[in-house]
Amino acid sequence: MQTKPDTAPDAPAPDVPLVSVRNLKTWFEIRGGVLDRMLGRDAGTVKAVDDVTFDLARGEVLGLVGESGSGKSTLGRSLLGLVHATGGSASFEGQEVVGLDEPALRKLRSRMQMVFQDPHAALNPAMTIAQSVGHPLTIHGRLKGRDEIRAHVAKTLERVGLSPADTYMDKYPGDLSGGQKQRAVIARAIVLDPVLLVADEPVSMLDMSVRSKILKLMIDLKDQLGLTYLYITHDLASAKFFCDRIAILYLGKIVEIGEARALYAGPKHPYTEALLGAIPDPDPTRTIPRNLPRGEIPDAAKPPRGCAFHPRCPRAFAPCGWELRDLTPVLEARWAGMEEQAHLAERALIGEIPAEVMEGTTARLPAATPGGGADLLAMLERIRSEDPAEPFWTGIKEMRAEADHVAMEFHPALTPRLYAEGTTAAACHLLDPGLTHPRAAAAPVL
Amino acid sequence: MTDSPHTPVPKPQRFPALRRIFQPVAETRGFARFMLWTGAVLTGLFILMAIFAPWLSPYAFDQYQLAGVAFPQTAPPSALHPLGTNVQSTDVLAQILWGARTELLVVALALILALAIGVPLGLIAGYFGGWFDRIMVLVMDAMFAIPSLLLALVIAFLLGSSIASGIVVAAAAITIVYVPQYFRVLRNHVTSVREESYVEAARAIGAPPSTILTKYIFFNVIQAIPVLATLNAADAILTLTGLGFLGYGVQPTQGAEWGYDVSRAVGDAASGIWWTTLFPGLAIVLLVTGLTLLGEGLNETINPVLRQRAATRVNMEDEA
Amino acid sequence: MSETSANAATPADAEDPILTVRDLRVFYGTPRGAARAVDRVSLTIRPGETLGVVGESGSGKSTLGRGILRLLPEGTGVDGEVLYKGQNLVKMTPDQLRRMRGPELGLIFQEPMTRLNPLLRIQEHFEEALKQHHPELKRDELRRRALAALGRTGIPPTRYRQYPHEFSGGMRQRIMIALALVLNPTLLIADEPTTALDVIVEAQIIRLLADLKKTTGTAVMLITHNLGIVAEACDRVAVMYGGKIVEEGDARSVFADPQHPYTQALLRSTISLETTELHTIPGAPPSLINPPQGCLFSPRCGHAMKVCARKAPAEQRLEDGRRVECWLHCPGAIPAGEEAPLERQEITVADEA
Repeated sequence: MQTKPDTAPDAPAPDVPLVSVRNLKTWFEIRGGVLDRMLGRDAGTVKAVDDVTFDLARGEVLGLVGESGSGKSTLGRSLLGLVHATGGSASFEGQEVVGLDEPALRKLRSRMQMVFQDPHAALNPAMTIAQSVGHPLTIHGRLKGRDEIRAHVAKTLERVGLSPADTYMDKYPGDLSGGQKQRAVIARAIVLDPVLLVADEPVSMLDMSVRSKILKLMIDLKDQLGLTYLYITHDLASAKFFCDRIAILYLGKIVEIGEARALYAGPKHPYTEALLGAIPDPDPTRTIPRNLPRGEIPDAAKPPRGCAFHPRCPRAFAPCGWELRDLTPVLEARWAGMEEQAHLAERALIGEIPAEVMEGTTARLPAATPGGGADLLAMLERIRSEDPAEPFWTGIKEMRAEADHVAMEFHPALTPRLYAEGTTAAACHLLDPGLTHPRAAAAPVL
Repeated sequence: MTDSPHTPVPKPQRFPALRRIFQPVAETRGFARFMLWTGAVLTGLFILMAIFAPWLSPYAFDQYQLAGVAFPQTAPPSALHPLGTNVQSTDVLAQILWGARTELLVVALALILALAIGVPLGLIAGYFGGWFDRIMVLVMDAMFAIPSLLLALVIAFLLGSSIASGIVVAAAAITIVYVPQYFRVLRNHVTSVREESYVEAARAIGAPPSTILTKYIFFNVIQAIPVLATLNAADAILTLTGLGFLGYGVQPTQGAEWGYDVSRAVGDAASGIWWTTLFPGLAIVLLVTGLTLLGEGLNETINPVLRQRAATRVNMEDEA
Repeated sequence: MSETSANAATPADAEDPILTVRDLRVFYGTPRGAARAVDRVSLTIRPGETLGVVGESGSGKSTLGRGILRLLPEGTGVDGEVLYKGQNLVKMTPDQLRRMRGPELGLIFQEPMTRLNPLLRIQEHFEEALKQHHPELKRDELRRRALAALGRTGIPPTRYRQYPHEFSGGMRQRIMIALALVLNPTLLIADEPTTALDVIVEAQIIRLLADLKKTTGTAVMLITHNLGIVAEACDRVAVMYGGKIVEEGDARSVFADPQHPYTQALLRSTISLETTELHTIPGAPPSLINPPQGCLFSPRCGHAMKVCARKAPAEQRLEDGRRVECWLHCPGAIPAGEEAPLERQEITVADEA
């Protein structure tokens, strides 16, 4: 059978991971405006994947879960070399992928393939299904001769459930339903007998009843062909069913990783917890909790200091990386619910809150008017006393009124490392026994 | 379906691609259909004239005598000269028929050349980007900024001294005018198609850039070409006749050309000699109209956005 | 015309519905014939209630929402009744309808960015909407109303003068909601309002809609493909399949104990955190141009009887006020001998979606 995975004589021993990623970084330079470039100014860097480390064993399904902007897709693409990683290492079957040139990568791609999110866009509209699915065979010179290729394509189409194959061979993608297209995309991905499939949200654009069909197909193929999957998704429900292990990503970093069952049973990172709680479930006994994280994923070009999740985290505390610009969402949330007069009165006291990343631990919050420092401090103290549970205030060591501003001393920002406990590990200061949370066991309030 | 469970090897359907291309033409309705067919018929007529000019035409294009008897100058239409003769004593009908051949030959040559240059440049610049793209865009935009007739004139003037064939000179002049258009359309289209999932998928299956360009991008960006080429052909006829009118086009010794004919007949109209200007002028108008209608008709047929507008109306009384 | 839909016996029905849809049909013209996107749909919405409309793509749920507001492409056939305050929207002139949209019937779409004009400040969006329907309002009052609506959706007044691109996806959807609410509509039609958003932001918006419902008393018709959202935010649910409502009733009871085989299959095939085994629905949704005879779900239904493939079932009202269109619920009406299980042709794999 051609469809069995090649077990080349030089294949690594089974206990060596198929994929080994170490401190992988994929950073993108932001192209600034014309002026920035002429002045040689750096418009900034988006750390789409930042210092990510994980292993993927043969036959395993690893879920990369995160919201949009978490870097999960970039991570998958970096692994395939579709996006060039800027640092760290990613090895596939013992071969380093980072820094490999295009021709070498192209050769490697017969062993690792990709399934795309949008089945309507992933097939060349100008090619028939047979041409699309058979093209990898031509490119890699696997089979010679039209008939031989067609025969192999037909077999592959039947394998993914596009049966009888000759009804589909000469159709164009436009004539197929979404589920059928995704089957064809999967057929194209497995036609070269790869060992690794990177599946980027393979079911998220499909209808509910079709999703389970495609997932079922992927599970069958995994068992029949001995595939290993990297399953990229934002959907924790399908990941729970489908994956052996899960890595939760937030702003380019893994915040929690581990064995799927344990991770769902006891999420350690507040972000994981929030994601799990936010899934709307048809079960009427489950409801979305009230303490959802506020706001949305911040600008990746200016990520928060310390733990990137801290501005939204209901359980954040002193070492999480608080800085002056975190005050903006706190005030905005307060003002959104206020009478206009009261809001204007408060706003009249406060100057422009800097939007830039804070350096060091001290910052100055300017007053709106010269000499307004004392009034501003009084207002901040009042705001703090009205909502003492607001995590922002835990980050402030001291506030002092100066003439035209309020000087603020913050706790130093600490970047959490992964703390392992049992079969999962999370990057959260709450797990650091050396740090104590002011409201250690108190229920998060928001 | 009649097939064995064991992976049959089906025979490929015949010409699925062709069938797909012509399906929208068959489905066109309403005004688009009218434009498409009127344009096709008009254009077709001129193409037939061009092909069969030697048989259709009573005389050669530069013939001014028959059996030693000179044709009269500016003679009105008669049995011998159905559309009359012009100031050079040549037969107007012969000028029209042979002229169709010149016009279409030059324009076809020019468009093929323009496509052959503009399309690959647009593909490469659009796909690879970088400095090549920037330089090409700059050059093409500069060329695009020059009025087309002026540009053609300059080229015709420059080439006229070194190339003997007036047809080639005119075609080259027109080519230069239209290269930037194809370049721009292709390049912009490629830069958007390049981001499509299926192009990334092609990279993911290990396709080298040349394969991606030819198999994945080319066929998805050329739909705009037939429409543009047809409309450009209409425009090119005007450029060519303009060149001819100014005396820089196909020389009268090398072929009949309507623009030149009109320029020589300009003085006639005032003295009541209408046939020398009317018929070449009408030929220009009809061919340009035909090509424009064909182009617009094709546009409405091929462009999916315009097609949707023509969705069929549902009459609820008819629906049980 | 079946009159089962409009007036019935459950206590909640005591209040007069604000919107009554009767036998609405919306057919799209295609080169191959009319596509029956909505085919004889009847439903009611009562003041302050949230009705969820769920279905897969092609079920007609979006068309239903657009059909009620007649936001349909030209040439689309519409007939039936959409009664709102005694007027039939289907018979209204486009101009009359335009005046209804906004102050009476609000709208929220899936892609907020495409609905906000990138060249206008948020302020200008609000002023335009308010002035169009309340030309008598003074500038101060416009501002007060706009800021109040924004505040209720969590947008601070500091951002009133910003442009749409300065907001994140979730905030834009909040702005759209505020823009609909500022005119105090009686009914808000929300078409997949959270589909383009991330999980947490989606949850925030669902919470927001639920909270707003309590404070404003606006009735909501929430169109979604996500059963979880319906369970989370809706009082009642209508399940659509092939352009028809196959089951409609109290959201909790429909999800706890679905009665139509399609609802059952759909719930079973939905992947949730509790999923331990994958269930699928064989076959593919019906063609809307040449729908199968009889019950549209019969070719895929595990309980199908002979009668199902021949004759469409009549609507049945169950004891809890639920409506179901299924022969299983009116065994008495099945002609003799037609209760036998349907002998179906094997569903060819080729027909699988």
